[in-house]
Amino acid sequence: MEQKSLFSVISPIMVGPSSSHTAGAVRLGLMAKNIYKNTFSKVKFVLYNSFATTGFGHGTDKGLLAGVLGFHVDDPTIKDIFNNIKGIEYSYEYREDISRHPNSVDITFDEKMTISGDSVGAGEIRINCIDGFSVNIDGTYDTLLLMYKDRPGMISTVSEIIQKQKVNIASLHCDRDSKGGIASMYVALDIPIGDDAVEKVRQTKDVFFVTNIRKLK
Amino acid sequence: MAILSFFELEKKCLDANKTIYEIAQEEESLLSSDIVDVIRLRVLEDLLAMKDAIKNGLTSQEKSISGWCGDDCYKLITGFSSRPSLFGKIFEKITAYALATAEENLRMGRIVACPTAGSCGIVPSVIVAVAEERKIPEVQQVNGLLTAGMIGLIISNKVQLAGAVAGCQAECGVASAMAAAALVQMLGGNTGEIINAAALALKNILGLTCDPVCGLVEVPCIKRNAFLGVHAVTAAELAMCGVESKIPIDEIVDTLKITGQLMSPLLKETSLGGLAKTETALTLEKKLHKTKSNI
Repeated sequence: MEQKSLFSVISPIMVGPSSSHTAGAVRLGLMAKNIYKNTFSKVKFVLYNSFATTGFGHGTDKGLLAGVLGFHVDDPTIKDIFNNIKGIEYSYEYREDISRHPNSVDITFDEKMTISGDSVGAGEIRINCIDGFSVNIDGTYDTLLLMYKDRPGMISTVSEIIQKQKVNIASLHCDRDSKGGIASMYVALDIPIGDDAVEKVRQTKDVFFVTNIRKLK
Repeated sequence: MAILSFFELEKKCLDANKTIYEIAQEEESLLSSDIVDVIRLRVLEDLLAMKDAIKNGLTSQEKSISGWCGDDCYKLITGFSSRPSLFGKIFEKITAYALATAEENLRMGRIVACPTAGSCGIVPSVIVAVAEERKIPEVQQVNGLLTAGMIGLIISNKVQLAGAVAGCQAECGVASAMAAAALVQMLGGNTGEIINAAALALKNILGLTCDPVCGLVEVPCIKRNAFLGVHAVTAAELAMCGVESKIPIDEIVDTLKITGQLMSPLLKETSLGGLAKTETALTLEKKLHKTKSNI
């Protein structure tokens, strides 16, 4: 088991009222923004279970929107976000699904990418699915995420690019829909790799999506 | 190597002849690659943010969305000024500071989650009230907060600190155990007494549900912060007199986790049961619904 930080229990400094439903929501939004990276004009949130039933009272809706727009968890203007945001179309749906974590959300940008995550308590979060591929990103590491056509040698190509940057890999996970089908890989790094290395991964044959996800503060 | 149980923590303290806060800051230093002084500075930032939240809460009477809450701290301050508490100044301050922080939280004000936002008033109220009344210097308050953090961290290795997962036991309950440990540290207690104080606090909140009225972090959350701040003092006092928990703390944490699993989802932050389904709560819910649709 990996050791957690002391500051997972005596932080964050945040606006209330709920670490899981407000700060966790902001951080899920921030992380989704870090993954999607592109500007967007439309965002949809599907809230599950406790997020759905008690989200209004905890400002979960405001927190998620604030996150995807890049607000930080201690920004006192989150309270008034609905009055201040213009030019972005946002919508919410509320569902019950016991197979999902009690505090769970799907975030869809411009109907192009859906990112799912859970708020697991004390403001901590976990992104567990991107466009149907399972991942496990908690924002504590800089992470390289790519999607590609499944083929032999991809792991070694990517790890070699990272190695040339003299960056240590903390963990590496792959998933795929079928043999030779679409695959995903996420690599947690001790320090971020440079843009040139990300570009090299992007130009690797059969890679069709790369994002360099910065860790959350 | 992560410390995953209180048994390991106590052993490590004894073997290295170190206090819990020393182990905590060293472990965090290893994990983050920051030096111990940087870790302590970050803890101090949290402590100062806690004091700011108390200060803001003490001077505000701004009501919450429901219009129900937001002026209880003010009532305490005015009440105690004409009729001092039976338990003295420290009791007055703990209860007032806990309410001040929890009320700041419901206004979407800036607080420190410790371990969560719903339980944000407990640890600060105990540390700050006792430090002021006993003139405990800031460096020892930081030691107290580090100790509290280590207690919460070990518990969180076994159970997620979220009402939606294990009820209020995992939020205000854990906060109370953290505060009890911080207090014993600040008063000069030893490692055994610190762990025992946390055990006693935790053992006596087992089964605490999370049933917020209308899904708001207001009823019963706000006042519960004051109650569990005082609860932490009871645990610390007993532990420092040598009273021991017969059940070791690691087994209490396991029990907390299992109790959380046995707890109905209706009582875990869904507002579908408990106080949230009382006649009064449902009436308020209807009223709120009207307010919401008027906006």
